Amino acid sequence: MTQIGVLAIQGAFCKHLDILHSLHVKAIPVKYAKDLESLDGLIIPGGESTVITRQLGFRLSWEDIYHFAQEKAVFGTCAGLILMGKGCSDPRVRQLGLMNAIIERNAYGSQIESFTEDVTLSFDTYPFHAVFIRAPKILKIGKDVEIIASFQGEAVMIQQGHLLGAAFHPELTNDTRVHEYFMHHCVN
Amino acid sequence: MEKSSYEVKVGLAEMLKGGVIMDVTNVDQAKIAEDAGAVAVMALERIPADIRTYGGIARMSNPEIILKIKEAVSIPVMAKCRIGHFAEAQILEELGIDFIDESEVLTPADEENHIWKHDFKVPFVCGCRDLGEALRRIGEGAAMMRTKGEAGTGDIVEAVRHMRAVNRGIRCLQMMDKEELMAEAKRLGAPFSIVEIVAQKGKLPVPNFAAGGIATPADASLMMQLGAEAVFVGSGIFKSEDPAARAEAIVKAVTYYHDPAVLLEVSKGLKDAMIGKPAKELPDEEQLAKRGW
Repeated sequence: MTQIGVLAIQGAFCKHLDILHSLHVKAIPVKYAKDLESLDGLIIPGGESTVITRQLGFRLSWEDIYHFAQEKAVFGTCAGLILMGKGCSDPRVRQLGLMNAIIERNAYGSQIESFTEDVTLSFDTYPFHAVFIRAPKILKIGKDVEIIASFQGEAVMIQQGHLLGAAFHPELTNDTRVHEYFMHHCVN
Repeated sequence: MEKSSYEVKVGLAEMLKGGVIMDVTNVDQAKIAEDAGAVAVMALERIPADIRTYGGIARMSNPEIILKIKEAVSIPVMAKCRIGHFAEAQILEELGIDFIDESEVLTPADEENHIWKHDFKVPFVCGCRDLGEALRRIGEGAAMMRTKGEAGTGDIVEAVRHMRAVNRGIRCLQMMDKEELMAEAKRLGAPFSIVEIVAQKGKLPVPNFAAGGIATPADASLMMQLGAEAVFVGSGIFKSEDPAARAEAIVKAVTYYHDPAVLLEVSKGLKDAMIGKPAKELPDEEQLAKRGW
């Protein structure tokens, strides 16, 4: 049976677990290197990218996740997207460099600039009510990267093969379409 | 594009889960906190232990101090306003703070009423001692709850009491028949609509954090095991002999709160914790948890 892990170092990991469970997907929190062994996919949740940066390398290393991502599906939301990208100018954040995308941290300003917006999905006609919290921006993507969701001409969700990244928080709504997309199009 | 909806306010609280929010009074402390893995900082003129020592009226911090701290770090910055002092809250919102703590640590501005937090764009966190108090604050628009504990003492006993009281209150609601919920809402002094939601879901509709008296990695783990979703550490870090090491140890203790091997590893080699003061020995007028209702 397919099993998905949610990185549970810090952030909104419980919400991702709740959504996966609602889809009857077996899902576990991931805090140790050994947790990755039985997984078919991993979600890196939103939270603070500085905190996750600081704590990776303790019981679970960057290399562990990097190697996992070479063949297995990974989905990063918000802080998770930042960690999956490359070229972030902030030295406080380390990146896995998995996706060919340049991500800017906290690109909209402080919390009062956080917002919700209906974004257009490439795989469905109905828009997705997306929650953006101190969100990052996808500044530039490589040719091998596909735009899965956008609003006002800007990419807010991208896919590169079995890797998926969103600048917003699909785990904060009851709409399961983005997680279903990950299960069907990224996880084997 | 809709900004500042309740969904967005609670959303930030969700992102802080599993993290440590640290009290800081200057740029150096803020940087130490961020480097150690703080998920947010609380910008203050004085930490609670010093507020106790100095006495006088404790007000919102000087905006200049808050601004300097805001410029120095990339993580969310919180600040405190006095209970009921909505003008202080308006100033903090204008300043672009990420979260306001309507806090009993400062001298209350209104002994009857708390701020109507729904009117603000910025999210609020409030303290509580039991379920009724938590639900009243949520009714007013708080997007995050925390235990009051007894700030500035380094004594965990009140935070434990408050966390247990909230969770016991929730468990009681879950066992009740529908007919009993209205009477319970009356007894709790809480809005019925929120009582109904809590009875159904078995948890608060907003994240529930621990605060007030956390001084060691073990304290942090205890609160997480009791059901806290993150912790605030006030005086416990910068009143200890080794703030950076202690801050980092508490961060790890919150992530691995269920793992005694990690807790032992991070607790070893720390210098002395803050000396503290038993909450029980405080005279009534010095008990901050009794402020607000």
